[in-house]
Amino acid sequence: MVGPLQLAGPVSGLILGFGFGFVLENAGFGDPKKLTAQLRLTDWSVFKVMFTAIIVCAVLLTIASGLGLVDMKRVFVPSVYFWGTLLGGVGLGVGMAVGGYCPGTCVVGLMSGRLDGLIFLLGVGAGTLIFNGAYPNIKFWAYAQTGPNAWTLPQLLHLPAWLVLLGLLAVLVGVGGLTAVSRGPGKREA
Amino acid sequence: MTRKGSALWNPYLAGVALGLVLFATFFATGHGLGVSGATTSLTAVGAAAVAPHLVGPGSYLAGYVRMGLNHWIEWEVLGVAIGAVAGALAARRFDPMIDGPTRLGPLARLILAAIGGTVTGFGARMAMGCTSGMGLSGGATLAAAGFLFLIGFFGGGLAAGFALKPLWRGGE
Repeated sequence: MVGPLQLAGPVSGLILGFGFGFVLENAGFGDPKKLTAQLRLTDWSVFKVMFTAIIVCAVLLTIASGLGLVDMKRVFVPSVYFWGTLLGGVGLGVGMAVGGYCPGTCVVGLMSGRLDGLIFLLGVGAGTLIFNGAYPNIKFWAYAQTGPNAWTLPQLLHLPAWLVLLGLLAVLVGVGGLTAVSRGPGKREA
Repeated sequence: MTRKGSALWNPYLAGVALGLVLFATFFATGHGLGVSGATTSLTAVGAAAVAPHLVGPGSYLAGYVRMGLNHWIEWEVLGVAIGAVAGALAARRFDPMIDGPTRLGPLARLILAAIGGTVTGFGARMAMGCTSGMGLSGGATLAAAGFLFLIGFFGGGLAAGFALKPLWRGGE
């Protein structure tokens, strides 16, 4: 059985989405105070959860691809549209700092009882409509592609995938070690 | 500050669990987890119903209107909602409230949520993905785009986060 299996139906969506939502809620990511605390560097959970998940999944994909269990040519890898990708990222960072969520976590906040999560979600719709109106003026520069299709870090850095993965692991362990020191009782925001 | 319900998962264990769900998603579907694709489709279909001139032929959202709502990512986000409420109920964390910056009242919190959501919705279309679709799922394929997105996300987020610290602090 070689993946991806191209299971595009409702059942696969519901099951995998359930797992996603369940983990996000149990990580505390329905709480906008916890999410924005990462952006004040007083709680490193967002970084730790995301980076751990990226490394675990990337290692599994690399191993599965090496064993011939996953055909990476049929796995979606986004391309770089430099200004769109970078400024879009800035928009999501600012949006979280102001409103407390991202598109996924506002659903988790809403489903754990938070009305502000619903308002944030409606705001996402409004921002999407504003983008729809602005699109003719920004598509030429925001969606100009940089580099080859599906450009990866190993290609960009001319390094083997295992070395890139080791580098990411070093960042996680380093940041995790540095931020573990300041934890414990008595921790306060200055 | 005391909180309702069971303790949260350790962030590294939650990360391992999320990584396994994400890998299962790639194996099953060929792409990762996402959310803003679904919010974009919902916005397009909703706008077509109440203000069709906004999403007419040639507009950015016209293609999303044609696609409709019956596709994988809509089901996935419905699953996210069910998984989140299941998690909140099982851990006794379900708690109706208006959350947000600790120093603000309910109305000001909702206004900030609306502004933040609007900036986020615009940004997610700009980046062609959100924190989960571009940052998490892109990063897991080692896509340069995923890490460029994360640099922007943490750069913009930290700048705005520290600027707004007087509003939010004390909430952890």
